[in-house]
Amino acid sequence: MKVHDTRFEAIIGLEVHVRLQLNTKIFSGDINDYGIEPNTLISEISLGYPGTLPRVNKKAIEYAVKMGLACHSQIASEVSFDRKNYLYPDLPKGYQITQDRIPVCNGGYIHIRKDDTDKQIVLNRIHLEEDAGKSIHDKSEDGTLIDFNRAGTALIEIVTEPVLHSGDEAYAFLYEIRRLVRCLGISDGNMEEGSLRCDANISIRRIGDTQLGRKVEIKNMNSLNNVRKAIVFEIKRQIDLKQNGKEIISETRTFNPVAGSTSAMRVKETLTDYRYFPDPDLPPVLLTAEWLEGVRHKIPELPFEKEQRFRKEYGLSVYDASVLTSSDDLATFFESVAIECRNYKSAANWIMGPVLSVLNSKSIQIEEFDLAPKQIAGIIGFIEAGKLSYSVASRKLFPALLDTPESDIAELAEKMHLFSGQEEELVKAVKEVIEEFPKETEMLRNGKQKLLGMFMGKIMKKTKGLADPNKAKQMLLDTLKNT
Amino acid sequence: MNLPRSLAVLQSDLRAGNLSVTDLVTHYLEQIRAGRFLNCFLEVFSEEILDQAIRLDQKIRQGQAARLAGLVVGIKDLLCYKNHTSQAGSRILEGFTSSYTATAVQKLIDQDTLIIGRNNCDEFGMGSTNENSFAGPVRNPLDTNLVPGGSSGGSAAAVKAGFCHVAIGSDTGGSVRQPAAFCDVIGLKPTYSRISRFGLIAYASSFDTIGIIAQNIADTALVLETMAGKDEFDSTASTREVPAYTHYAFDGKLKKIALFNEVIEHPALHTDIRRNIIETTDKLKKEGHKVDIIDFPLLDYILPAYYILTTAEASSNLSRFDGVKYGFRAENCDSLDELYKNTRTEGFGKEVLRRITLGTFVLSASYYDTYYIKAQKVRRRIKEKINEVFSSYDFIILPTTPAPPYQLGEINKNPLEMYLADLFTVLASIAGNPAISIPSGKTENGLPIGIQIIADDFNEMNLLSFSDYILNLDR
Repeated sequence: MKVHDTRFEAIIGLEVHVRLQLNTKIFSGDINDYGIEPNTLISEISLGYPGTLPRVNKKAIEYAVKMGLACHSQIASEVSFDRKNYLYPDLPKGYQITQDRIPVCNGGYIHIRKDDTDKQIVLNRIHLEEDAGKSIHDKSEDGTLIDFNRAGTALIEIVTEPVLHSGDEAYAFLYEIRRLVRCLGISDGNMEEGSLRCDANISIRRIGDTQLGRKVEIKNMNSLNNVRKAIVFEIKRQIDLKQNGKEIISETRTFNPVAGSTSAMRVKETLTDYRYFPDPDLPPVLLTAEWLEGVRHKIPELPFEKEQRFRKEYGLSVYDASVLTSSDDLATFFESVAIECRNYKSAANWIMGPVLSVLNSKSIQIEEFDLAPKQIAGIIGFIEAGKLSYSVASRKLFPALLDTPESDIAELAEKMHLFSGQEEELVKAVKEVIEEFPKETEMLRNGKQKLLGMFMGKIMKKTKGLADPNKAKQMLLDTLKNT
Repeated sequence: MNLPRSLAVLQSDLRAGNLSVTDLVTHYLEQIRAGRFLNCFLEVFSEEILDQAIRLDQKIRQGQAARLAGLVVGIKDLLCYKNHTSQAGSRILEGFTSSYTATAVQKLIDQDTLIIGRNNCDEFGMGSTNENSFAGPVRNPLDTNLVPGGSSGGSAAAVKAGFCHVAIGSDTGGSVRQPAAFCDVIGLKPTYSRISRFGLIAYASSFDTIGIIAQNIADTALVLETMAGKDEFDSTASTREVPAYTHYAFDGKLKKIALFNEVIEHPALHTDIRRNIIETTDKLKKEGHKVDIIDFPLLDYILPAYYILTTAEASSNLSRFDGVKYGFRAENCDSLDELYKNTRTEGFGKEVLRRITLGTFVLSASYYDTYYIKAQKVRRRIKEKINEVFSSYDFIILPTTPAPPYQLGEINKNPLEMYLADLFTVLASIAGNPAISIPSGKTENGLPIGIQIIADDFNEMNLLSFSDYILNLDR
């Protein structure tokens, strides 16, 4: 494989669409949902019937502002909408309502981590817009079918400056966006279901050049990994072209995940003129300082801040902190365990290890996990007290506890004889009783079974009733036989 | 049957049992049938309205009728009415049935208004003669060789001809006031946003205003009071309280009235109309009102700004008519592009296509600043200037039209001449102010003249009372 020519650098800008998790669409009262029977979440308004008018969903504005505040953007004092005019069958009105002149959030940045160092990805803007319907080309032989359920659902588009340089950075950026929107509760961030969509504009230039090369747009990358793969492929493709003295064409390309390559969709010969102009049906919505303050108060601790705090407060590694803050619920779970058991490192290890592997193997989220933080803290407590080894705890006690989550940890461990020293104590007790009662021992050995009860009583007394009677009996009989 | 002119009198007859709604509706239906050659109606809801009339008579007998019982209205073909065809006078909406009712129409129905049919109009409200309808021109009941004006030509003609009591039209640049003047009736365009536009098929959203065509101020006030007000389905609709317009009464105070020098001296202004406006204002002066002729140097910019902004908005508003979802669809198309092109070329009339083309041009990236942005600035300047006028004057008076009604086919071939017909009505549309056209005598040839009064924003109350005052000056 040919190594990338180090004399080139890639310049990447991303456009990320996030579908907002709202009850209704952005400009009508129609229900916003996904995976529903086609054309059931529609009305005259979302179909753009003659005479209908849009009305803005205030919650959509709040969600966009939340994202803007989380990204340190400047929030517009009033939210205005523009029309982007183009004809397509799944666009009911012949125009899309979006924000062109003044985005609700201007500028800002998002922290990403690259090779253990933090980097700020500068944003151009975040704006609100409505989604189009969905054209389905492969379900009917007669032609294209259209599902308008998605038409008019609320999106924010996050546009970066052309400041990314690799597939890894793009991956990290999207990872961060997904974590952010989930933390803010404004979207489920599922790329596979189209809640998070990403287009990449990629060009290459010789290091030192100030002018950007010809831009290629990549679409249809529906997972974080595909974004990375597509960008890596595209950078290599462009460098190869350049090195072979060939032209890079300004075009839109689509990523084929099976082949792992991009291929041309359409050439951008001329810029489409969308004839943007202010939507006369939607008067600007004023955002007062008071309202903005209210939204600011609703913003929880953000993943990046939380990560910083975890590193500082709990002394976690960059990696551990990042994994443990990947979801809010996971972070809360960790903090509960950590506070309960006071051993932060162990709390982190237990969650990163056994707990996450259970979640992964069952494909569930921490909210669906059967054990409470207290129980994990309890296990850690016994390890700390030297009563359990980590390996016994994780390989025997933890799986058993998962099977019977309601059981008391101490009882379960004892029943399973997992506490270190428990076996030795029993051996000692048996030995002592035999020594204390030589005559009776002899009689028992000779078959006087009646005495067995007396022996058992003594042994149980010596082990403070903790021993398993069956096991004690077996051990007593074995010892008599072997001595 | 000699019908009383105001609804109040009609209602007392209905209550007294001297008249039934069924009689009334039957009368209108007969009149419509007899006057079919005027082409005022695209559709008459004959059977339906007779059923409704019978039920309403019962309600009246039981004393349960609502406020507008006995009011029979025609609605312009741009207004949506549930389970009825609404086609904006256009072939492109062939076969389209609305699944909902416009807010303003619903408010009338809620008060027991009966809808008798949909009135012919210029396609999508684009025209000043009602000759741009897919269903052919409307004729003026005063003289069938004359146009009734437009775009609400069918509405004004229907009211004048006695086919309905009141008609609900829409006014984007004069489409209610100008046909009212041509048909010798009253036409009110309220302040922009006073009446919800939800259910009014859009021409130019920031101009479109539902308006009223009636025979007297009392009915105009009553219908306005019923239709006005906020609407959760129209974010641009004003949330201001709706005053009891029906309580209009001239307060007896002396008013300050502005006339514009540039209007009075305009070369296109017909001599008889100029004389009429001078006479009217002289009468007002004689009553002690103050009438000043002041300068309005922005007059020349009104029409260009209006046609840039309205066509820009129209080009976008009419994009939805693509043959995909409803209405007319061209046949035998091999590609999506062909479907769009053929559907729109065959579905829209010439004037609509002209305005879409113009609007598309002024919004295109290379000309946006030169045309659209500049026109927006002009619009703001005009609004500022009008506000300035209203800081010292109560009303602006100007002719409704520069010329009396045209002959059929006289100006429709020349768009520029037709656009000039809107010269005096466009002012209140650009500025958003309420304006009314009231009958004001005849030309030497006996053609009707309308005089237009403009008031400050949301001052419909004074506009109505002052109009009533002027109408009664001669009596």
